[in-house]
Amino acid sequence: MKKIISFPHIGNYHIPIEILLKLIFKDSVIMPAPKTTKRTLELGSRYSPDFVCVPFKYNLGNYIEALENGANVLIQAGGGCRYGYYAEIQELILRDLGYEFKFVKLIGHDLHPLNMFRVCKSIGTNISFFRFLYYLLLVIKMVGFIDRTEAYIRENIGFEVMENSFDKLHAEFFGKLRDISNFTSLAHVTKEYEKAFRKIKIDKPENCLKVGVVGELYTAMEPFSNYFLERELAKNKVQVSRFITVTFLFFQKPRDIKKILKSAGKYLKYTIGADGTDSVERSKTLAELGYDGIIHVKPFGCMPEVNAMPMLNNIGRDYKIPVLYFSFDSQTSETGVKTRLEAFYDMLEMRRKSREDITKFENRVSWS
Amino acid sequence: MKTGYLGVDTGSISTKGVIIDDENNIIANEYLWTEGNPVNAVKSVLRAIEKQSGDIAVASVGTTGSARKLIGAMLEADVVKNEITAHAVGTLVVFPDVRTILEIGGQDSKIILIDNGIVVDYAMNTLCAAGTGSFLSSQAKRLGIDVEDFGNIALTSNNPTKIAARCTVFAESDLVHKAQIGHKREDIIAGLCLAVVNNYLNNVGKGKAIKPPIVFQGGVSKNSGVVRAFEQVIGEEILVDKNSHLMGAYGAAILAKNNKKGRVFGFDVAKMEFVTKGYECKKCPNNCEIICFYKNNILIDSWGNRCMNGSVAEIMSVKSQ
Repeated sequence: MKKIISFPHIGNYHIPIEILLKLIFKDSVIMPAPKTTKRTLELGSRYSPDFVCVPFKYNLGNYIEALENGANVLIQAGGGCRYGYYAEIQELILRDLGYEFKFVKLIGHDLHPLNMFRVCKSIGTNISFFRFLYYLLLVIKMVGFIDRTEAYIRENIGFEVMENSFDKLHAEFFGKLRDISNFTSLAHVTKEYEKAFRKIKIDKPENCLKVGVVGELYTAMEPFSNYFLERELAKNKVQVSRFITVTFLFFQKPRDIKKILKSAGKYLKYTIGADGTDSVERSKTLAELGYDGIIHVKPFGCMPEVNAMPMLNNIGRDYKIPVLYFSFDSQTSETGVKTRLEAFYDMLEMRRKSREDITKFENRVSWS
Repeated sequence: MKTGYLGVDTGSISTKGVIIDDENNIIANEYLWTEGNPVNAVKSVLRAIEKQSGDIAVASVGTTGSARKLIGAMLEADVVKNEITAHAVGTLVVFPDVRTILEIGGQDSKIILIDNGIVVDYAMNTLCAAGTGSFLSSQAKRLGIDVEDFGNIALTSNNPTKIAARCTVFAESDLVHKAQIGHKREDIIAGLCLAVVNNYLNNVGKGKAIKPPIVFQGGVSKNSGVVRAFEQVIGEEILVDKNSHLMGAYGAAILAKNNKKGRVFGFDVAKMEFVTKGYECKKCPNNCEIICFYKNNILIDSWGNRCMNGSVAEIMSVKSQ
């Protein structure tokens, strides 16, 4: 039987993952789960424990939709918090539903290249370890570039002169990535699109409003799960920055974990689990960088992020920077999210204006 | 002929309309129940304030409240603003030194913290209706009294009953239980007021520094029992303006005044026919519920779409085919 390999969604990462799997499994079909929609969440919620956090439900929905389309090998990766245990339960639920499939779990230390190679062999490929490593490094580099590009898009899309110019190039860019199979072609595409994105006309004032998004990785990285919060914000001409990316989680964070804790200063003495430490450290850094506001996102019931909230409160008070908290679940009201975002933006603008008025007044006083 | 500015606040329970003049004085106002039909409620409000205002030209319109978008499209509003901003703006005109705004409406409650005339923090109830006006009105119904008399009855109690009011549904069972074991009615009513306040402070006001001057508004601020309960729990004086129930609409009117686009608003909107039609867009599994808004049978706006497939332009092109 032909292998049809599938995996759940998070942001745009299905594209590099698909590219990697296609390079490794030349004889199998690689089929990312169908795009996340309301149906995905409904399916996921129906078969998930009620109080489990919402990324579990999205993943499960993705799996069910993939299985419906004929997938027979599913991949789950992750770890850090309860997420590391989700694969076990998701497999049980799917088997209880009567599906037949191979479930590949890459949790925590399983993500070591040697182990990953072993797992790939067991799924069915005859490439050498050297080739495998080559493709892995290629895609890691590609992800790094995607992350850099998307960070640039987030910070500038609100200021584009022509509507949709970023989105159009973004789609074209992903199309180009799909043909890449070696470092030379990646270098070419990188060079081309680094320029192309910076060529897009933007009308960005130097002192535009700046908002940082911190919080749990899934709700931060999957726009469907946070009701396209970054996009809504950007529409109001706001520079949106987010530090959580795959590059950060897999490469920066393990390396800098001590540095991050130290940089959190008086707000943290110990790590508080998963991404909580990063949320605190990054909020403090954003405040020090003069950002106008912080948005903290988490799935309802996310312990590490709940741990981070008191410190975020303190940071908000000490640096006088507003923090908006969102808890997402399958029952979240979209109107509620929009109303709060709107009010947040209004508040930031009012604060900014009054600060400018004060400076103007001070300037006048010092002149006279 | 004087110039006026119209603000309309369409909430879940009540609809408020206000016309102000250039000096921010309220010339006309109306407050009535939405009764699940915001368009009709706004029409009635418009008829009422047109009569009150007499000879006046409305230069701009602002809408707020949960139906702000719908009513904004209906009135072709110059500003459509969320409730939090509208309340803050309105209150700051009446009480320039305010530090804390407590607002309890029909189905939501919010707290707005202000420093030097600038909103610095806010919160809104997220999960349930405990600690809002609809909680009080449903309990009043159960006790067989008008919600308008609630406050005065509560004030006669010296020994409020403790009611478990974490959840509206369970509060009701606890209330029945307390009544059955012989607690006096006024004590139960005072206990309910206290429960609303505690719920509000534990839920919405959690972790927020409540500093005086404190202004209390929204429909529930008309309930003197709740005002007293707030004063007891917070230990500070609570200011309630005589127009506290209109503050959202007042804020919207002020925002309209600051954003006028030089267009004259006609009250004949109240005579036009507005229809909303909902349908499910089947173009992808998102199945967005799209609302189309018609004025005199012409599609003027639509919303609810997540992508371009359900945009107004797309719907119009399909309809015209």
